[in-house]
Amino acid sequence: MLSRRIIPCLDVRDGKTTKGVRFKGNVDIGDPVEMARFYYEEGADEIVFYDITASSDRRDIMIDVVSRVAGEIFIPFSVGGGIRTVEDMRSVLLAGAEKVSINSAAVRDPRLISEGAAAFGSQCIVLGMDVKRTSPSEKTPSGYEIVIDGGRTFTGIDALWWAGEGERLGAGEICLNSIDADGTRNGYELSLTRLVSEAVGIPVIASGGAGEIGHIYDVLTKSRADAALIASITHFGAHTIRDIKEYLNSRGVKVRMSW
Amino acid sequence: MIAIVDYKAGNLRSVERALKKLGLSCRVTADTREIAAAERIVFPGVGAAGSAMRDLMELGIGRVIKEAFLSGKPILGICLGAQIVLDRSEENETVCLGLVRGEVKKFPDYNAGEVRLKIPHMGWNRIIIKRSHPVLEGIKEDEEMYFVHSYYPSPADRSSVIAETDYGFLFPSVIGCRSLIATQFHLEKSGNAGLRILKNFCEWDGRRAQ
Repeated sequence: MLSRRIIPCLDVRDGKTTKGVRFKGNVDIGDPVEMARFYYEEGADEIVFYDITASSDRRDIMIDVVSRVAGEIFIPFSVGGGIRTVEDMRSVLLAGAEKVSINSAAVRDPRLISEGAAAFGSQCIVLGMDVKRTSPSEKTPSGYEIVIDGGRTFTGIDALWWAGEGERLGAGEICLNSIDADGTRNGYELSLTRLVSEAVGIPVIASGGAGEIGHIYDVLTKSRADAALIASITHFGAHTIRDIKEYLNSRGVKVRMSW
Repeated sequence: MIAIVDYKAGNLRSVERALKKLGLSCRVTADTREIAAAERIVFPGVGAAGSAMRDLMELGIGRVIKEAFLSGKPILGICLGAQIVLDRSEENETVCLGLVRGEVKKFPDYNAGEVRLKIPHMGWNRIIIKRSHPVLEGIKEDEEMYFVHSYYPSPADRSSVIAETDYGFLFPSVIGCRSLIATQFHLEKSGNAGLRILKNFCEWDGRRAQ
């Protein structure tokens, strides 16, 4: 049967992984290519790069990172952040990424999802969703609202509706990030993840809140996420991907154990 | 020289990069003479069967691949390249190359226990080897491959099924016939296990071990 995926996420700014990320061993802290290779050799099932470069005229730096990563690692990886047009998608995919992740731009112009899926196939298009808890209302009956622009702009769009709409428009996967849980290390947003995962027929990657291995187990079992995005739990050396997978495997979650 | 067939179906560069990593020379090409002259042919693909077949036939590549197959040249199909070698596909009701008897089917909607299985089948899964094949030499039982697909190959003749994969039911994930071997998974995205299969293919003479 299909394995649940463990996906480390690297934030990249101006071609360097952002500070605060500490690796054990002889891995250059700043180089996303070396970090990607480190995780590849450690058994990551996929890698997500999130480009947080502020200025759009420095986008070429990210394309260069993508093409160097593609020559080094032979597992899928996706790139998100700053992708606003089908042409932006094309340049990232041609450089060697398997998937692109779109978030705020898709909310502003949902056709980006369908045009991307038509041009490259649904399997290439990941819909990134940043979600915040709210009180259920007529506009947001699920009690979860989509926020964009890195959490700064509230949209009034119901998260559960948007997930279904994204699937209908042709997204091949959803990366579901809880703004409430993100950075807390108190665990994933289990009810949100379960709600979305059960509502859509495409895979859901849970994101935000992993602080200990048990959190990953919970989101993959109780919330039925297909994959778990991780960052600080491995970036700071508290755990390795092998630790995480051995724990999950011992508790009966099917994960890829040989690489 | 290894020809990577370019029929606008995508992911050509990732196969090229994987071959380069293995130190093998290859060329991405749509030139029928170049493909015909190559020592072996890799046939990748992402996208829909209908448009892929249309491009292949328009470019004259379909005929070149059939000839290579008849002459016993080693051919590797990947993902969509493992589907359009059959007679026909349910995707866009497409007539395919017909190198292997059988058809390409869509995953049905079904449940495993109480959980609905998602389509596409996306992620890592094992292969269960049914028939030994030189190209799968050294692949261990617990190694997994990276899949992304909504359709799967279903050869008419069971002897063409080299390996199967479990996604609620067993479907053929590696098929082969004479000098053709084809993997439904992306071996260029399947880590060391995938690179191993690619390397084996590049050393294969096109004959099945007995």
